Amino acid sequence: MAAKNIDIILKVWRQKNTNAKGKIETYELSEVSTDSSFLEMLDQLNEKLIGEKETPITFDHDCREGICGSCSLYIDGRAHGPQTGNTTCQLHMRSFNNGDTIYIEPWRSKAFPIIKDLMVDRSAFDRIQQSGGFVSVNTSGNTLDANAIPITKDDADKSFEAATCIGCGACVASCKNSSAMLFVGAKVSQYSLLPQGQVEAKNRVQNMVRQMDKEGFGNCTNTGACEVECPKGISLENIARMNRDFLLSNISSDK
Amino acid sequence: MNVYYTYGRVKGDSKKDEQTIYVRLFYGRNKIQVKASTQLTIRKHGWNFKKGEDADVVDLAKKQIPPQDLENFKNIKQRLSDIRVHLKNEFRKLMLSREHNSFSQIQWNDWARAQLGSALFQGQKQTESTTKFLRKRENIRRIEPSSSINLDAKTPEGPIDAKWTNHKNKMKLVAPNNRPKIDVIVVGTGLAGASAAASLGEMGYNVKCFCFQDSPRRAHSIAAQGGINAAKNYQNDGDSIYRLFYDTIKGGDYRSREGNVYRLAEVSVSIIDQCVAQGVPFARDYGGLLDNRSFGGVQVRRTFYAAGQTGQQLLLGAYSALSRQIGLGRVNMYNRHEMMDVVKIDGKARGIITRNLVTGDIDRHSAHAVVICTGGYGNVYFLSTNAMGSNASAAWKIHKKGALFANPCFVQIHPTCIPVHGTNQSKLTLMSESLRNSGRIWVPKNKEDAEAIRDGKLKPTEIPEEERDYYLERRYPAFGNLVPRDVASRAAKERCDVGHGIEANDTNEGVYLDFATEIKTKGKQVAFAQGDKTPTEEKTIELGKKWVEEKYGNLFQMYQQITDENPYETPMKIYPAVHYSMGGVWVDYNLQSTIPGCFVAGEANFSDHGANRLGASALMQGLADGYFVVPFTLANYLADDIRTGSISTDSKEFVDAENEVKSQINRLMNIKGTNSVDYFHKKLGVIMWNKVGMSRNKEGLQSAIGEIQVLREAFWKDVYIPGDADEMNAELEKALRVADLMELGQLMAVDALNRNESCGGHFREEYQDEEGETLRDDVNFKYVAAWEYVDADARNSVLHKEQLKYESIKIADRNYK
Repeated sequence: MAAKNIDIILKVWRQKNTNAKGKIETYELSEVSTDSSFLEMLDQLNEKLIGEKETPITFDHDCREGICGSCSLYIDGRAHGPQTGNTTCQLHMRSFNNGDTIYIEPWRSKAFPIIKDLMVDRSAFDRIQQSGGFVSVNTSGNTLDANAIPITKDDADKSFEAATCIGCGACVASCKNSSAMLFVGAKVSQYSLLPQGQVEAKNRVQNMVRQMDKEGFGNCTNTGACEVECPKGISLENIARMNRDFLLSNISSDK
Repeated sequence: MNVYYTYGRVKGDSKKDEQTIYVRLFYGRNKIQVKASTQLTIRKHGWNFKKGEDADVVDLAKKQIPPQDLENFKNIKQRLSDIRVHLKNEFRKLMLSREHNSFSQIQWNDWARAQLGSALFQGQKQTESTTKFLRKRENIRRIEPSSSINLDAKTPEGPIDAKWTNHKNKMKLVAPNNRPKIDVIVVGTGLAGASAAASLGEMGYNVKCFCFQDSPRRAHSIAAQGGINAAKNYQNDGDSIYRLFYDTIKGGDYRSREGNVYRLAEVSVSIIDQCVAQGVPFARDYGGLLDNRSFGGVQVRRTFYAAGQTGQQLLLGAYSALSRQIGLGRVNMYNRHEMMDVVKIDGKARGIITRNLVTGDIDRHSAHAVVICTGGYGNVYFLSTNAMGSNASAAWKIHKKGALFANPCFVQIHPTCIPVHGTNQSKLTLMSESLRNSGRIWVPKNKEDAEAIRDGKLKPTEIPEEERDYYLERRYPAFGNLVPRDVASRAAKERCDVGHGIEANDTNEGVYLDFATEIKTKGKQVAFAQGDKTPTEEKTIELGKKWVEEKYGNLFQMYQQITDENPYETPMKIYPAVHYSMGGVWVDYNLQSTIPGCFVAGEANFSDHGANRLGASALMQGLADGYFVVPFTLANYLADDIRTGSISTDSKEFVDAENEVKSQINRLMNIKGTNSVDYFHKKLGVIMWNKVGMSRNKEGLQSAIGEIQVLREAFWKDVYIPGDADEMNAELEKALRVADLMELGQLMAVDALNRNESCGGHFREEYQDEEGETLRDDVNFKYVAAWEYVDADARNSVLHKEQLKYESIKIADRNYK
């Protein structure tokens, strides 16, 4: 329970830019409080590197409370580190022991090119969303009253669970195929479970899957690593629902 | 127009019965000078103005005098007469107070100079800073004349509930075929930015949208937990637009603008309809209809929510609408781009300069209008519930270019956050306000017990009931643990300051939030409902824990993840932390700043929350501004621009702005000092938290102003930024933001020092009653303090006042006892 200080060895992926060749560098860091979060430990290392006039390590992070989806580290061979149900920023150093060697790598996927060090470009997710992840309703202030269409609690809850995806990309990083189907499945499900999403449902699933393939993500082979490593516990059911919707739209579409 | 003033000497004889102040103002341009001077002789028994040189326009080049110089000449004449009136009044006050009887010559000088300074600063109260400034500076200062800024709120005429409708009916429109000829820039993609960009894209404008994150979906609106208010009255408990309006004004301690707040309440209803239509999965009850919860400071259930992730769901809704427009090619999205400056042409905002964070490229972007939606400035404290990247730079850049900054001292400190654990901590985590429904807040009655707990010799559960001080229940029996945020925060600080804090960190700052009582009570109720009238203690506790888990499970889990302590077994440790900034860029009813064409929406503006924001109102404001206000008011402005055509980025103004940005970056990179950016940011945070934090006093604020000055100078001499400017460089990004926070922090202290009253989140120790409650001063401070930038030293900022008028609400005290 009580905080203590530990010494650790870090093996970190360093890469100057997208085109440069990267490699693992080794750093020793002492006096790390077990109360620190993993990212605070990296802050500490960066402060040390800056003090030594070295280049600090670049990594994505923002809210540091597990909701924005910015942080994206592959720690000791697992997305977001050794625990399940949390993001890297929610991981604390008490999960490690004195003398541990910790490997830190970026998300590895062709569709997520490295920008620098541990930072990757996840704009492929944005483009998938742009291809159909929405309900086509303009801002007007004159839409139906919010309570005009009752939605069963069960559907609303399931839709919400799918919508809790933070778009971090851990599913892609954990998948041996670099598949983004958990992400896309969650988005498709959120809308297909709600009446508002029905009108465009067929086009949506077609467009989003097409864009997903175009971005270079692999396919799903039902391994389930994504579900295990997803910090929000998004269920594989969403992939099944997407596949169902996709199939249905193929056989019933007029196009 | 730049006015220069000189003042001669303050002369007086040794007998202290006669003092003379000389004042001279002049304005010069192209060999044309406008001069005016006066001298005031004051004696113990009266005063006498000598006319001195009269105001005059001199054409040194013997050209014809252009009309604008004649206009300026009138301004200066007016200004001089204002100064005379001010000096007269202040002198009369001094004579009546008889303080002058003991004045030395030096004190006479100080007094006279300070008064002169006050007069020049448009009647700003005499402060240490003006005195110091006048003592220190050379005799020449540049100031902007008050007449160049007209603080007109532009609130429409008519009854409060018809203002917005009437205004919408009368505003100018841009026809659909003209919209594609008009470019609009939106900076920031939180609730306000994403919704504004999406709406403007739908309407057909050419929109360019910018965010510093890797995707618009990451903006910090996403972290909001509790909910969003709307006056739907679905629960039939007496809610109405007027009540939401009233609660918001009262919650803000009567320091917000009536017209804006009423409009906010009015459009809140449409927000929920819009979000549901977009597919936002709000919580529903078993009948399939929307569920509501209640929040602090209100007596109805009007808060819509999606578990503890309402902000996330609303932001993803706005992001989906934005994505649709990006996909359709109506919005051009620039991820990982940070705004570096705004570009003004002929006084209007006509574009921005950005830095591509990946490549370091500095780019120019032109537009017919710019909308700033970049959030608040809580990160000035270093530790806050804001995201790491949240910053005030866009707002500060427009402030430096002429947008006034309003009420910077109004900052919300949220009472229930996880306490600081150590010096390497990077941010603070909020525990939802809803926990105060079930938790009881306490500290040990005896300081010895508190100390033993900090040393790990005693556990909180070992302290008997009678040795605990439930201080909120003791001080505020009527509201108990559910007093508003500002009140709860100050009470926790008061206990810790006198040595009852229980957290074993550097400052011992922490109090308990205890669920033991609730677990027992609810356990008994559940058992009773199940037919067990005499449950064993174990059974009671087991059932009670289950009840608590159902209600707050995710929060308890989050707490345990961070602290490694089980809040079902031992009380939570909590302490207040910086959460939200009510202050921000001054905007009129149309959300336009004092720079024409530069609009500001969401937390970045000051308009709706006064001195304290109610829970679940931030999300409401962001979406109201973005979906339902800016699209209309912007069209009204843009209607005059349909013939302008596209704006070239080759103009001198763009070139100059770009060069200025580049030279600032070069200057920072070339300091090559010894300390990191965080080193300075943390120091700034400590000064702000200790002296411009939960409670403030004159001495502390004065010293903070000086300390920040010293720290800023040290920063510009000694900061070290590794790497290069033409690559991804997180340290450079931070340095650019911290440089702005240093100036903003000082202005917050100056504003807090100026506001000699306590209201909402602004608590001045000098202004409290015998029981430690806030004393608001509606006679002297019922105004919006809007500051005009002069230079990096905030002591020189010029105060403008927008007097607040309450026509629909009667002002009353806030009382929670």
